[in-house]
Amino acid sequence: MSFETPDDRRYLESHEWAHRDGDTVRVGISDFAQDELGDVVFVELPDAGDEVTAGEEFGVVESIKAVSDLYAPVGGEVAAINEALFDAPELVNDDPYGEGWMLEIELDDESDLDDLLSAEEYEDQVA
Amino acid sequence: MSLRQPPLAAVHEAAGADATEFGGWEMPVEFDSIKDEHRAVREAAGIFDVSHMSEVEVGGPDAEALMQRLTSNDVAALSPGDAQYSMITDDEGIILDDTVVYRLPSETPEYLFVPNAGHDEQMLDRWTRHRDERGLDATVENRTEAYAMFAVQGPDAPDLVADAADEAVDDLSRFTAEYRPIAGVECLLSNTGYTGEAGFEVLAPWDEAETVWDAFDCQPCGLGARDTLRIEAGFLLAGQDFDPEENPRNPYETGVGFAVDLDTEFVGRDALASAKEAGPAQRFVGIRLLDRGVPRHGYPVTTADGDRIGEVTSGTMSPTLSEPIGLGYVDAGYTDAGTDVRVEVRGQAKKARVESPKFLDR
Repeated sequence: MSFETPDDRRYLESHEWAHRDGDTVRVGISDFAQDELGDVVFVELPDAGDEVTAGEEFGVVESIKAVSDLYAPVGGEVAAINEALFDAPELVNDDPYGEGWMLEIELDDESDLDDLLSAEEYEDQVA
Repeated sequence: MSLRQPPLAAVHEAAGADATEFGGWEMPVEFDSIKDEHRAVREAAGIFDVSHMSEVEVGGPDAEALMQRLTSNDVAALSPGDAQYSMITDDEGIILDDTVVYRLPSETPEYLFVPNAGHDEQMLDRWTRHRDERGLDATVENRTEAYAMFAVQGPDAPDLVADAADEAVDDLSRFTAEYRPIAGVECLLSNTGYTGEAGFEVLAPWDEAETVWDAFDCQPCGLGARDTLRIEAGFLLAGQDFDPEENPRNPYETGVGFAVDLDTEFVGRDALASAKEAGPAQRFVGIRLLDRGVPRHGYPVTTADGDRIGEVTSGTMSPTLSEPIGLGYVDAGYTDAGTDVRVEVRGQAKKARVESPKFLDR
C-alpha cells in the first residue's frame, strides 16, 4: 500500500501535516492516517480565537472503529476551522491534504516548523 | 501468546483485509470500508468469516440433562434441527456467556453450542466439570477448530444461499438448521444471524472452508461492520455489553429474559427467580445522541442535572441512520423511550434520548 506524502508541507510523528501560507499554517492529517482510521465520522475542533500549543492536543478525530487525539504541529491562535467537516467528516478520507483540512493557525514562532518532519522523514516513519 | 487464525487467513489477507485481534483470534476487521460493507448487508448481502466463534459438541445418553443444567433456556423443547438463544449463568445468575444451542439434526439428542470467541476452553472445562460432578454419561468435545463459520446476511442472502446450496432453503425457518451441501460440501446450514437482517450461518468443515466461502458471490465483510450492524439491531456483545468481571449483568438487566426458562433446573436459576421478582435495578436500552459526538464504551450517562444513572457499553455512528447511537444501561425509572438524558463525552454533557435498543424499524 502506498500513501501520498506531498513534499510541500511538514509532518508530525502523530500524523498531522502543516502547510505554511504566509503568516498562517494550515493543519490536517496525512493520507496514511486517514487510511489507518477508516471511515471518519466525527471531528472535534477548537473554536476560532482559541490558542493552541505546539505538540499539544487540539481536538479529536473519530472513525467508526477508533478515537484519536489530534496534535498541533505549531502554536498560535486559531484563525479558522473547517466547519464543512461537521457535516461532511468523510472529506478527511476523500481529500486529506485539500478539502479535509482542519485548522488554520496564526504562526507565533517560525521555529516551530523546524521541529517537524520533512515529507521524506515522515515517509520513512510510516513505511 | 500467538493469535489463533481462521482457515482462510491467507485468503482474506490476499483480498486486502485489515486484521484485528479479537478474543485471541486474528480476524478480518475491514475488507473495503466499514460503511460500504454495512450498506451491502442492509441493502443486498454480505458474507462474514466468524470462524473465531467457538463450537462445543455434547452427546451421549445424558447430553440433554447436561445442557439443561448449564444453559438458561429449555433444551427439552428443541426438536432435531432446532436452535435457541440461551444464557450460560453462574450461581448468582450472572451471564458468563450468551450462546446459540443447536439440537443437531439426528434422532438421539446431540447438541452443538456456540460460545463467544476465546471462550471454548472455559466452557469445555465447565461442561466437563459439571458432567463429572453429577456423574452424567455425556461426551463433551471442543470442535472450534473443526469448523469454519460464515454468516451470509442481508435481504438477498436467502437467494444466494439457495443458489449455493443448489436447492430452496425457504423450508428452513428462523432458528432451525439442517445439514445441506454447499458447493458439494456437507455443512450445517442455520437460519440465524447477528445483523438484524435475513440470513444464514454456515458451519463448514475447516479443511474445505475455501470452497464454501467461494460459493457466495457477495461483499466480504469484517468485524467492523459486524459490530455496527449488531449495534443498530440492539444485540449484545459479550465482553463489552456484559462481562462477568468488569460488568456483571443478569439476563433481566440485559433484556434477554426471553432466553431464561425458570421452570428448568439450571445453574443460576434460583438467583434469577429472585432477581425477576425484585425487578432489575438497571436495564439495557438504546441511547441516541442528539448533540454532535459519538457514544463509546464506558461513557457515563447522567440526568440533565448531572446525576449519574448509567453508562454506555457500545456505541457508533450508525451507518444506516447517519446518527450517533449507543447501547447501555440506565437506572429503572429512566428506561422509557423518549427519556431525556446526557452522555458525557470527554467531560462534556451531550444531549441524548433513551430509545429501544432496536434502532431500526424492521
